[in-house]
Amino acid sequence: MWLLLKGGRIVDPSRGIDEGGDLLIQDGRIVGGHNAPVGEDGRTIDCAGLVVAPGLIDMHVHLREPGYEHKETIATGARAAAAGGFTTILGMPNTKPAIDNRAVVEYVLNEGADADVNVLTTGAATKGNDGAEMAEIGDMVDAGAVAISDDAFPVQNADLMRRVMEYSRMFDVPVLTHCEDTSLTLDAVMNEGVNATILGLRPWPRQAESIMVIRNILLSELTGCPVHIQHVSALESVGEVRWAKNRGIPVTCETCPQYFSLTDAALNTYNSNAKVNPPLRTDADVEAIKAGLADETIDAIATDHAPHSLEDKQVELQYAAFGMVGLETALPLVLTNLVKPNVLSLCDAIAKMTIAPARILGLDSGTLADGAVADVTIFDPDATVTVRADEFKSMGRNTPFDGVELTGKVIATIVAGKVVSSDE
Amino acid sequence: MQLQRKDILGLQDMTADEIGLILDTAISHKEILSRPVKKVPILRGKSICTLFYENSTRTRTSFELAAKIMSADTTSISVAGSAVNKGESFKDTLLTLEAMGIDLFVIRHSASGSSHFASQTVKSCVVNAGDGTHEHPTQGLLDMLTMVENKERLDGLKVVIVGDIMHSRVARSNIWGLSRMGAQVRVCGPSTLLPAEIDKLPVQKHTNLDEALEGADVVNILRIQLERMDRGFFPSVREYCRLFGINKQRLRKCADDVLVMHPGPMNRGIEIAPDVADGEFAVITDQVTNGVAVRMALLYLLLGGGSTNVASA
Repeated sequence: MWLLLKGGRIVDPSRGIDEGGDLLIQDGRIVGGHNAPVGEDGRTIDCAGLVVAPGLIDMHVHLREPGYEHKETIATGARAAAAGGFTTILGMPNTKPAIDNRAVVEYVLNEGADADVNVLTTGAATKGNDGAEMAEIGDMVDAGAVAISDDAFPVQNADLMRRVMEYSRMFDVPVLTHCEDTSLTLDAVMNEGVNATILGLRPWPRQAESIMVIRNILLSELTGCPVHIQHVSALESVGEVRWAKNRGIPVTCETCPQYFSLTDAALNTYNSNAKVNPPLRTDADVEAIKAGLADETIDAIATDHAPHSLEDKQVELQYAAFGMVGLETALPLVLTNLVKPNVLSLCDAIAKMTIAPARILGLDSGTLADGAVADVTIFDPDATVTVRADEFKSMGRNTPFDGVELTGKVIATIVAGKVVSSDE
Repeated sequence: MQLQRKDILGLQDMTADEIGLILDTAISHKEILSRPVKKVPILRGKSICTLFYENSTRTRTSFELAAKIMSADTTSISVAGSAVNKGESFKDTLLTLEAMGIDLFVIRHSASGSSHFASQTVKSCVVNAGDGTHEHPTQGLLDMLTMVENKERLDGLKVVIVGDIMHSRVARSNIWGLSRMGAQVRVCGPSTLLPAEIDKLPVQKHTNLDEALEGADVVNILRIQLERMDRGFFPSVREYCRLFGINKQRLRKCADDVLVMHPGPMNRGIEIAPDVADGEFAVITDQVTNGVAVRMALLYLLLGGGSTNVASA
């Protein structure tokens, strides 16, 4: 069985390639060189004018299952991922029950095995995400968890965080941290600044993030554990990570499209779909994020896809859930707000959604190298599309980009040689 | 001129012409309050619902009196606590009441933006009677009416707002309304209770009360919420009173004919000395009377012919 992707622009940052050509997939794997397809059973996809890239990897997704199946399931989250060009997604552990032991890790991976894309999972840093007692990290890694995370329930106790890092290092998995000093964010709703002052909403200072970013950087240096800072939103955090990298501390970080596409002005009509954690910041932060992406301080772009039901969002803003969906808008936002204005080259942008997260997580995907499993994304980098939330494959409709016109459209998503989503 | 809007959510986006219209209308309606029979048939057949998610005596009574004087039918609903914890959602409550034929909602709610939410949820008119720490537009209007009555102008007036600016919806509505009408607004309070980047609003920021009061035409004193002390915004009532309490001696810094205002309820002896509250410069009870007049004016403008959508109905 073969699939020939003919005449596309092949962008493979893992090998520094951006050139026209064909890509052959035979029996689920990439075949390099100029080999011809073998066998009768196969087809050709005309990729003229399209980009052929390694399948996108989203290292920050909330799949909500088990426990919150009214918001999203592993199957619908994976379908949304496929529609957005992602072939691998990493679920966060804030489910109900939490993904804090072998049984839940196995449940998620079993459900994920039948899903449209590769579903990976993190394990929770602490039991029940309570921030008090370390979870059975060794057992979860043995069951298949690829990283440990305190996402949504940031560990406040520095000594416990130190132990989590020291312990995780033994199993060669990174610790992904949601950096938030919750003593600075009690009941906070939006970024501290003039917009919060005008709207009368409880302010959330950037320092709530950057204080924890520097704490976790220093704990990484202390323990030698690879630490990955999730969803960087604040100017100061970018500077801290830059400092850490110069110092040789094993720290990586991600940002999300909302933090380079929007500012806290998006809340001026009390739009609950613009309420996210960490909150949308200011123009200065957006510029710092872009600079950090351009100079390699920020390694990866993830979505923090956070689906919610309408009931979770159609309430008074201060009671609305935090989060926005992201899987089906991420690539167009990257193309529109980073590639088009030349913040990043197309190759560098794709790197942050493929090989960079693969390396952070120790995956062998994120490449179109000869012999690699054929996870491939084909997209039109110039097509103009209008975001239609009611057409999302995700169960979540909570996006502030509904009705917005963006550049870039996913044409096909291929997982292990099989087309799982197609808009040919 | 007519008021071309369905809702009164705040003064931030209100034009000087609109504010002028409301104040003029209020002045003409105020005469009704001094009649022996306080009843006019202007809003007969209109249903007004006061929906209060927070306790309030004066604002609610003021709206209800305004509606009753104008012969509207009123319904009062008090919801204790937040609907998030129990019972019906805010959205469902609004839709249910609208389905019963409510023409205008008066909403008091502890969450900022709740009037915006309501205005997007129902087709009926919405008047914000205070949403969280966002705005309290009718208070801002009645404060301006009181200033106009006493000073015969707003343009160029030096108005000092003293106290907990951060958590005050009254302060925000005063800032927007007064600055739109050409007054010079100063805010003064402990630095912990001045919100971030307040100086990006049209105000002068002060933490020294004596400097703030220099030559002031109006001092608007905010109620200090004693629970703020527990969250560490200031160390003690004693120190607050020493630094920011308004007393007779301090008033000497102000203009000779200064007006002393307070939205109530007052903490006498804390933010305002008793002899100032009852003194010659205080117009605090005038504010209460003007509150009824302003609310009559708004109900009239929104329901009684001032608003196009109602006029055509």
